[in-house]
Amino acid sequence: MIEEKFDAIVVGAGMSGNAAALTMAKRGMKVLQLERGEYAGSKNVQGAILYADMLEKLIPDFRDDAPLERHLVEQRFWLMDDRSHFGVHYRSEDFNEERPNRYTIIRAQFDKWLSSKVREAGATVLCETTVTELARDAHGKVIGVHTDRCDGEIHADVVVLAEGVNGLLGTRARLRERPKPDKVALAVKEMHFLPRETIEAHFNLKGDEGVVVEAAGTISRGMTGMGFIYANKECISIGIGCIVADFQRTGETPYGLLDCFKRHPSVAPLIEGSEVKEYSAHLIPEGGYKAIPQLYGDGWVVVGDAAQLNNAIHREGSNLAMTSGRIAAEAIVQVKSRSHPMTAANLSVYKKMLDDSFVIKDLKKHKDMPMLMHTNSQNLFLTYPQLVSRAMQNYVRVDGTPKAEKEKGTLKSFVNARSWTGLFGDAFRIARAWR
Amino acid sequence: MNVETSVRVEDKLFYNRYLVDVGRPHIKVRAHTKPSPQLLALLKVCPARCYELNDKGQVEVTVDGCIECGTCRVIGEPTGDIEWSYPRGGYGVLFKFG
Ligand SMILES: Cc1cc2nc3c(=O)[nH]c(=O)nc-3n(C[C@H](O)[C@H](O)[C@H](O)COP(=O)(O)OP(=O)(O)OC[C@H]3O[C@@H](n4cnc5c(N)ncnc54)[C@H](O)[C@@H]3O)c2cc1C
Ligand code: SF4
Repeated sequence: MIEEKFDAIVVGAGMSGNAAALTMAKRGMKVLQLERGEYAGSKNVQGAILYADMLEKLIPDFRDDAPLERHLVEQRFWLMDDRSHFGVHYRSEDFNEERPNRYTIIRAQFDKWLSSKVREAGATVLCETTVTELARDAHGKVIGVHTDRCDGEIHADVVVLAEGVNGLLGTRARLRERPKPDKVALAVKEMHFLPRETIEAHFNLKGDEGVVVEAAGTISRGMTGMGFIYANKECISIGIGCIVADFQRTGETPYGLLDCFKRHPSVAPLIEGSEVKEYSAHLIPEGGYKAIPQLYGDGWVVVGDAAQLNNAIHREGSNLAMTSGRIAAEAIVQVKSRSHPMTAANLSVYKKMLDDSFVIKDLKKHKDMPMLMHTNSQNLFLTYPQLVSRAMQNYVRVDGTPKAEKEKGTLKSFVNARSWTGLFGDAFRIARAWR
Repeated sequence: MNVETSVRVEDKLFYNRYLVDVGRPHIKVRAHTKPSPQLLALLKVCPARCYELNDKGQVEVTVDGCIECGTCRVIGEPTGDIEWSYPRGGYGVLFKFG
């Protein structure tokens, strides 16, 4: 039994929990952070791209010692059918800058490093401890937690729920609903090791330059989903994720999809000769703005993936997690500095601050996108990629067919597959959801 | 075309490190005679293939290879088909890279 009372307990040592614990500890608060993994990061899975700006707000000189892999100089988007891909690549020398904007990272290693900063700032970090339940008083106010490490309750003025996408504690305490199968994606991922020079040759890189490939199309077999390939220093992260309800409906297996993706003729040469060292899986919140639950209450706030703060369209999650963790911590520090109690009314300042940040603004901008992608998955992920592939092949193959006839053929294939109203409807709906 | 059968999930799990909490599985399947559609879906969707049919046609779970993604919870908990928790602190999968 831990007798001490804390100013704040943070559940989870992922991106959001570490940001919250660090911010509060730096401001002199007495913080206890609980993590179920052997060390911070040992349960966490990400692609992973790190966005520098959000980390700079926490640790301005992070580049000095953070375990960064490669800074990104190139982004590739691929629209794939079974034998081809149509790519849009953007590469710029501007990204070889002194303070690069995006890096690949390896989450287990990165989280360990970030956790060391949390400890340095003075927080007590207890790993190998699963929080099993929230402790509440007679009025329902959250007053602490129960863990599987020690008997009894550990008390704090406020509990920061940074427990990730599954959000078991919040669901059990009826603070929010369990994620629904159509609002989360399941991603599976492997780590493929190759010598540095081989990776640089395969991806056309030099030094610490990095590249990411994001791929959609027939690889997800008509489900809403994406494949990804991220170049690290000495390994390649490769994975694919689709909406859970789609897996349930189709009976596709996640590892089956991943293996097909790996064997695709555009992908196989990139990982050829590699040694696999890990296979992982994780959920990703995909519900967007409309899936955001209640964010605060008497004695608690929720941050990061547990609050479904994930921008599925731009593949951003960690930066929203870090930012929501930091903002929640700043709100708590504000309430405490006024010597006010941690009531729902006082903690509502967290939501106000979050509403004013890019986190909520971006999610709001794309609020209709998740539904659109989901209800249109057959067209967007199966029909269009095949049409585009045929159109491109028709365009580049020189076979004596007059150009006008070729173009007519391409147009006809689109109209046959989707009809004029279908085509205009799809374009209109995407444009409107993007706006 | 059935490519899936060629993928051996057991081989993939072999790359991972685990600390198995022997005798304390963190997921349980409710006793049943005929599995619900949700339970049957878990046979395919679980990325570690923890769910299998026994010879009586019932769905069983073996959590040793579980990678703790939570997919089966999202599908099987609402219907009461499964009970899902995290392993005790420190147990379960230990990602080196993640
Ligand atoms: C395959 C994949 C690729 C991704 N790629 C990107 C990307 O490139 N860029 C990006 O920005 N985002 C990406 N994301 C999203 C990003 O990983 C998440 O948004 C981010 O990790 C959320 O951080 P978090 O702190 O909210 O949750 P998590 O990082 O999941 O942390 C939750 C922590 O809480 C702990 N925990 C949970 N319950 C308990 C409990 N009861 N007791 C004790 N501890 C507990 C867990 O062990 C974990 O350490 C990706 C996600 C996936 C799955
Ligand atoms: S949590 Fe994920 S890996 Fe574990 S049994 Fe459920 S679906 Fe399978």
